[in-house]
Amino acid sequence: MIAAPKPDLVTVNIDGVDIAVPKGTNVIEAAKLLQKDVPHYCYHPKLTVAGNCRMCMVEMGMPAVDPATKQPVMDTATGKQKINWIPRPQIGCGTTVAPGMHIKTSSQMVKDAREGVMEFLLINHPLDCPICDQAGECKLQEQATGYGRGYSRFVEEKNVKPKRTQLGPRVTLDDERCILCSRCIRFSKEIAKDDVLGFVDRGSYSTLTCHPGKKLENNYSLNTVDICPVGALTSTDFRFKMRVWFLKQTNTIDIESSVGVNATVWSREGVIYRLTPRRNDAVNDTWMSDSGRFLYKQVAAADRLAAGPRINGAASTLDNAIAGAAELLKAGSVALVGSGRASVEEQFALKKLADQLGASVSLVARTAQGDKLLISADRNPNVRGALVTGLISALPSAQLTQLAADIDAGKVKTIVSHGEDLAAAGLTPAQLGKVSIIYLGTHANATSAAAKVLIPTLHTFEKAGTFVNQQFRIQKFAAAVPGPVGSTNDLVVLSKLLVALGGSALPTDVHGLWPVIAASVPALAQAAYRTLPETGLLLDATPWSGLPFVEGETLHYKPAAAAVAA
Amino acid sequence: MPAPVQTRVIFKHIDEPGYTNDIECYLRHGGYEVLKKSVARPPAELIDEVKKSGLRGRGGAGFPCGVKWGLVDRKSGKPIYLIVNADESEPGTFKDRYIIHQDPHQLIEGTIISCFANNVKQAYIYIRGEMPEGARILEKAIAEARAKNFVGQNILGTGYSCEIYVHRGAGAYICGEETGLIESLEGKRANPRIKPPYFPAVLGLYQCPTIVNNVETLCHVKHIVDIGGEAFAKTGTPNNTGTRIFCVSGHVQRPGYYEFPAGTITMGQLLNEVCGGPLPGRKFKAVIPGGSSAKVLRFGERYKGKRKVGADMVDYDWGVEDVPMDFDSLAMIGSMGGSGGVIVMDDSVNMVEALANINAFYSHESCGQCTPCREGSLWMKKITTRMVHGEARPQDGALLKGVADQIPGRTICAFGEACSWPTQSFYLKFKDEFDAYSEAKKTLPADRLTLV
Repeated sequence: MIAAPKPDLVTVNIDGVDIAVPKGTNVIEAAKLLQKDVPHYCYHPKLTVAGNCRMCMVEMGMPAVDPATKQPVMDTATGKQKINWIPRPQIGCGTTVAPGMHIKTSSQMVKDAREGVMEFLLINHPLDCPICDQAGECKLQEQATGYGRGYSRFVEEKNVKPKRTQLGPRVTLDDERCILCSRCIRFSKEIAKDDVLGFVDRGSYSTLTCHPGKKLENNYSLNTVDICPVGALTSTDFRFKMRVWFLKQTNTIDIESSVGVNATVWSREGVIYRLTPRRNDAVNDTWMSDSGRFLYKQVAAADRLAAGPRINGAASTLDNAIAGAAELLKAGSVALVGSGRASVEEQFALKKLADQLGASVSLVARTAQGDKLLISADRNPNVRGALVTGLISALPSAQLTQLAADIDAGKVKTIVSHGEDLAAAGLTPAQLGKVSIIYLGTHANATSAAAKVLIPTLHTFEKAGTFVNQQFRIQKFAAAVPGPVGSTNDLVVLSKLLVALGGSALPTDVHGLWPVIAASVPALAQAAYRTLPETGLLLDATPWSGLPFVEGETLHYKPAAAAVAA
Repeated sequence: MPAPVQTRVIFKHIDEPGYTNDIECYLRHGGYEVLKKSVARPPAELIDEVKKSGLRGRGGAGFPCGVKWGLVDRKSGKPIYLIVNADESEPGTFKDRYIIHQDPHQLIEGTIISCFANNVKQAYIYIRGEMPEGARILEKAIAEARAKNFVGQNILGTGYSCEIYVHRGAGAYICGEETGLIESLEGKRANPRIKPPYFPAVLGLYQCPTIVNNVETLCHVKHIVDIGGEAFAKTGTPNNTGTRIFCVSGHVQRPGYYEFPAGTITMGQLLNEVCGGPLPGRKFKAVIPGGSSAKVLRFGERYKGKRKVGADMVDYDWGVEDVPMDFDSLAMIGSMGGSGGVIVMDDSVNMVEALANINAFYSHESCGQCTPCREGSLWMKKITTRMVHGEARPQDGALLKGVADQIPGRTICAFGEACSWPTQSFYLKFKDEFDAYSEAKKTLPADRLTLV
């Protein structure tokens, strides 16, 4: 027996199974809840329904009602209400569930319809899978195998359309492969709000193109590549670099802003080939900015610090570098500069170090105009992590004016910078020259050049950890690739420094560290890295509700009223 | 049985010597008198007259006009639009063009009456792109009517205002599909909309309730309001009321347009008596009764079954010549009344070549939105073109049918049916000719007419 559905639920019968689904759900999504695949191309859960590919056709029926008496018509054979099956298949994407609706997802009518659509889609498709970049993640390939007839009756000439069109700086189009599903057009119009794509010509000669004088160059253009069900739109950066089935997928979080876009790192043998968005309906839906995707290039950038630790510019071992640093720190007059790009775990460890030293901690703010979609005004992914861990208690500023004043006043003799370029944060070369700098970072800059002790550490994609995004949602990321030779995990460095200063060692892997964090950070008392959901966990933000956060509205985020007033 | 005499209602003045398309001529013939009477009546009464008349849409589908008006969402508070579908593009159909060219004020009067009945403040005449002359005539006629206060602000002092705008299409058959037409009118590609949710009566032009009616339908409205719905329903046969215009083209002695009370004339009477029969020395071979998308009928075939006459079911046994030319009878024998475009083919026609021509048209006109129609129409064209101009194979007929069977009922709009029915029916009725074409082709005269 099915329990009486809640008012906002509708009970439908799919392939003989009753299921209660929320009102307004379409048949594709309802079937998905029963692990029934309704194949489709043009339908995308985050775009408007176009209903043009005709792949998602299902057989549909409604309970029979006598038109005169409005009484249900019963089927004497089964004792149940008779179902009036519609004699033609209906599209699953455009059919919203209704009470008592009956759906067949694999009847003969449905199979015939799918076979027909598959055959039609393939007749003018070049079938160049061996040289197509989409192979391995191609809906056309998958559904031809799953639902196609397996042979072709087509003996005519195929249509000829433009190849290798550059729609913009990052997207390449092969029109012959295009199945005219219009997902990219709808995305550009509805999500990116940059209506540059359209079809020209008619019928089977319809051709996807940019409007005259326009280019697909908005910062979300690569989403069209993700949602293209076939190999028509490909990433100019990624195409022909690697077959997707060779790539390992690792969950990560976009580091370009406090939105915390969920993403996947695609890597092979320690090399990252691309980043793609990972669906999180509470954060980024299925989208990601182009700029966020290209951050993987930082990992193998030319200015990457990779030659091992250094003391006064000379190569050193890690232990010597730690000892050298401890010596400087023990002399006192220390200031710490933490990072909004560091993970919660690292910020926690840095806080321990600060407590051990009794040193002040500053953070460097990075702000810029938000794009109202998936890049917020706060370009640090984890300022809120620093608040949650208690590393800072007020919002950071972009310029370290207080630290500069302290240096000039002689109050600060040693600075530990966790990945922040102090010159960029407003310290003059003269000020840098007055202090001993211990730099833990990934890339070369003025601070690394001036550092007395330099310890190369890991990039986000090379380590595990968590970030707290603008919604106070804590989200985890995993290590995708190993760091370069000579670099050390930040947590290891911080733990060793603690030990060298007489403190107790911290666990240096996230799983070991989390019980320690949960025990000492009230906001994270219930959390653990292992059990954090992949879609993140919302933390109680009330302790920080009075702070004037800089973020404006973005997708799935509205700034709190207090912050707006501030 | 001799053919009934023509009853020209809509075409009363078409080709009448001395009748011109200016407003003075129209007024001399009693023009706009019905409008004057109409605006004094409650709008609901006018809608009721149309419902009682049983008028069925003349665009092709034969949907009851009164029902269509009854579906309009009048509670949304949004404006209601009326669109005159003057995108007459179905091959074989040429009735609306004559109304527009020779009697435009009849259309304008019918339109304004319909607008008044439905509380429409703005109407559009969407005219086919290939009819620039018609558009010019309509623009002039609307200006004339506006000058006489039949259109525009405060019509005839009643306080009711309604504007009519002429919008020219850019030359696409799909713009005759009502939701495609609406998209085109909104300035977009004429991709028909999915229904649900975009029923024009609820979410039509600019997402407002919209009525889309054919030119001839709206002209009928004028006569319905004039004589009353019940009187109108006495013309023709039950369920097929009023007169019907037949556009006869092809291999008959006197092709042209003929107006008869619906259902009172048979195909044989129309072709043999009214149109003078086949050309000398020829025999009728096939006829498409309702525009090129309607299923073809083969002369010499018998159609048997039961049909309703009054309350009784009676047996019928018809040849093509015996079929009454109304929506229901033609549907009963597997074709349709459609737009009234009767295309006649005699024994000089090779059916494969005729189909090649039709397929070329439909593949050119598919909007390209839905996979089955987009790919299927072009595939069928490629097959028939290859059969005609290249290598025909004995199995091509069956292949054509296999392709066509995958299209209808699986597309957003009725174009799927329109493009597949010719192939399905041609192969069904002339299977022998398709299967033997690869052989027959070798003996075809070299100097025969070449196909597009």
